Amino acid sequence: MKARPMKARIIVTLKTGVLDPQGKAIEAALTSFGLSGIDGVRQGKVFDVEIAGDDRAAAEAILKSACEKLLANTVVENYAIEIA
Amino acid sequence: MRAAIIVFPGSNRDADVARALTRSGAEVVKVWHADTELPAGTDLAVLPGGFSYGDYLRCGAIAGRAAAMDAVRAHAARGGLVLGICNGFQILCESGLLPGVLMRNVDRRFICHRQSLRVERADTRFTSVYAKDQVIDVCVAHGEGNYFADPDTIARLEGDGRVAFRYSDAAGNLTVDANRNGSLNSIAGIYSEKLNVLGLMPHPENFVEDLVGGTDGRGLFESLAA
Repeated sequence: MKARPMKARIIVTLKTGVLDPQGKAIEAALTSFGLSGIDGVRQGKVFDVEIAGDDRAAAEAILKSACEKLLANTVVENYAIEIA
Repeated sequence: MRAAIIVFPGSNRDADVARALTRSGAEVVKVWHADTELPAGTDLAVLPGGFSYGDYLRCGAIAGRAAAMDAVRAHAARGGLVLGICNGFQILCESGLLPGVLMRNVDRRFICHRQSLRVERADTRFTSVYAKDQVIDVCVAHGEGNYFADPDTIARLEGDGRVAFRYSDAAGNLTVDANRNGSLNSIAGIYSEKLNVLGLMPHPENFVEDLVGGTDGRGLFESLAA
């Protein structure tokens, strides 16, 4: 039986201090619905990735490389990797 | 002057920039993004405007890693000229050939209008036909043109005279109103360290014929072909 792939989630967020016009627009929309208590919204991205095999350390290295090479622009974005 | 225009899926200003270059006397070849080499004798590599890969992930992110970009990087490292316009500027930033990043416009709107630009220096291969501090009339058309970099990078760009063009009013003043996309220091275009790579958001290739309303963009292509 073929092993099920490992599931990983990568979360990319804007660094603190980087202006997020989309987040601001979403915040304004939420406030316009009458939802109170929302103090700020920052928009980010989520990537769900499946990785063959069961070597978690190797998977982490692959995903880190994926983030650095393409998934995040580290000038303005941070990334976090979660492997289930 | 032999120019290679790199065409990505979703590029749409390649024909316009080809026209602007040929009318200035350059010989133009188109190169597909999957090609791994530029044609022999290429003096200038051009990354045209458009919406490469549908702007998926981030503008220019996927194109910045295309096979042809390795050839463009090698060309730039040899001192070859590289010009990126609009999406091409975004690709240059994503590929690491220029620092910083083009973020969503500060007012979140796609902007498309005539724009005055102040030419910051006229001693480069891209601007020799212009005069320093000359104000030129071109066009902008983008949703992500808000130039951002960390304070150290901005200080280095300013200190080294690497800002090529700034958004200004018709008199050359840097006003908030003239800087519609919210770029730091009104930056519309920047050079690489050796001044052989230029990225800019506005479209000089739009204004090379009287028929369409202006000719101030000609200077850039005539400087290159000179």
